[in-house]
Amino acid sequence: MEYVIIIISAIFVNNIVLAQFLGICPFLGVSTKTETAIGMGASVLFVMTLATIVTFLVHQYILVPLNLAFLQTISFILIIAALVQMLEIILKKVSPALYQALGIYLPLITTNCAVLGVAILVIKKDFNLAESVVFTVATAIGFALALVIFSGIREQLALADVPKGMKGIPIALVTAGILALAFMGFAGLV
Amino acid sequence: MNQLNNFSKGFFRENPILVLLLGTCPTLAVTSSAINGLGMGLATTFVLFMSNVFISLVKDFVPDKVRIPAFVVVIASFVTIVDLLMQAYTPALSKQLGIFIPLIVVNCIVLGRAEAFAAKNNVFSSFIDGLGMGLGFAMALVIIGGIREILGAGSIFGYKFIAEGADGILVFILAPGAFITLGFLIAILKKVNKSSK
Repeated sequence: MEYVIIIISAIFVNNIVLAQFLGICPFLGVSTKTETAIGMGASVLFVMTLATIVTFLVHQYILVPLNLAFLQTISFILIIAALVQMLEIILKKVSPALYQALGIYLPLITTNCAVLGVAILVIKKDFNLAESVVFTVATAIGFALALVIFSGIREQLALADVPKGMKGIPIALVTAGILALAFMGFAGLV
Repeated sequence: MNQLNNFSKGFFRENPILVLLLGTCPTLAVTSSAINGLGMGLATTFVLFMSNVFISLVKDFVPDKVRIPAFVVVIASFVTIVDLLMQAYTPALSKQLGIFIPLIVVNCIVLGRAEAFAAKNNVFSSFIDGLGMGLGFAMALVIIGGIREILGAGSIFGYKFIAEGADGILVFILAPGAFITLGFLIAILKKVNKSSK
């Protein structure tokens, strides 16, 4: 039951993009086509889960016992950057097909604040390892969901007659605002 | 004159948020009031000019290949300093801004300026550039925070000017208001920039 609450809360109620404002850059950047949105969503799911597991273990078994918790920010960002690099190399070797599909998104993910954000959130919320993994996967699904919905809207938006000054980013932001309004309907669900 | 230009470009012509559209995450997340925007803006400014200065000092010793990781470590160190200082001296603000203080590390503005400016210019220019960009960022945050606070809560910097018991347009302090305010602000600025050309 506890896990169900974590999942619903992370996907809908506290959606990482629309309620917590993490990962806005890729949200605006790669959401013009549904296809790329799905690719980005999958890459984030993959990297975020791996990154959280590694940072969680490092925090629990290295930083805390050594009283180095203040190095959290520095160590996490280095771990994430190294992990993404490693993943790129491994994928290239092991599964060229997957590399083809996710390759271009991987470097972008290092600077995705959602990945670091979730790693820090998990520590802040005092989750254990299982809860952390569930929370991370659900958060990433929430990210992918928002991204795919938004890309669908933007594909339609490209055909709409938008006032000149509002074209491009401004109308995308206003649309995101309305989408966030829709997601607010989930508030109070848990 | 040149230094003045370095300083002032961050405010309008190359404003990191409103023109270059960098660092949107903290922009949207912390601007529910003008004072939060100011706190976040100043914290980022500190990180920006300290890391700019430090990076322009060490740029000749750092091999090109490990440039980016080295810069990230420098930035992360200054972010940790700010984080700890704010926890000690402004605990309320630190709680309000939450994880967005450690997330200054992944704010594209900071690494962007390190890479585009501090890695190529001398210490003094980098200092001026960092300060200008940081204050431009802070200014944009205060403007967005101010608009949202006025519309959403009927107050500015915590000073309430609408009648007791009356509510503002609540949606503006909530998540959707952030997107909508920024969208319109960028549209207006685009229009102004175009007509002034």
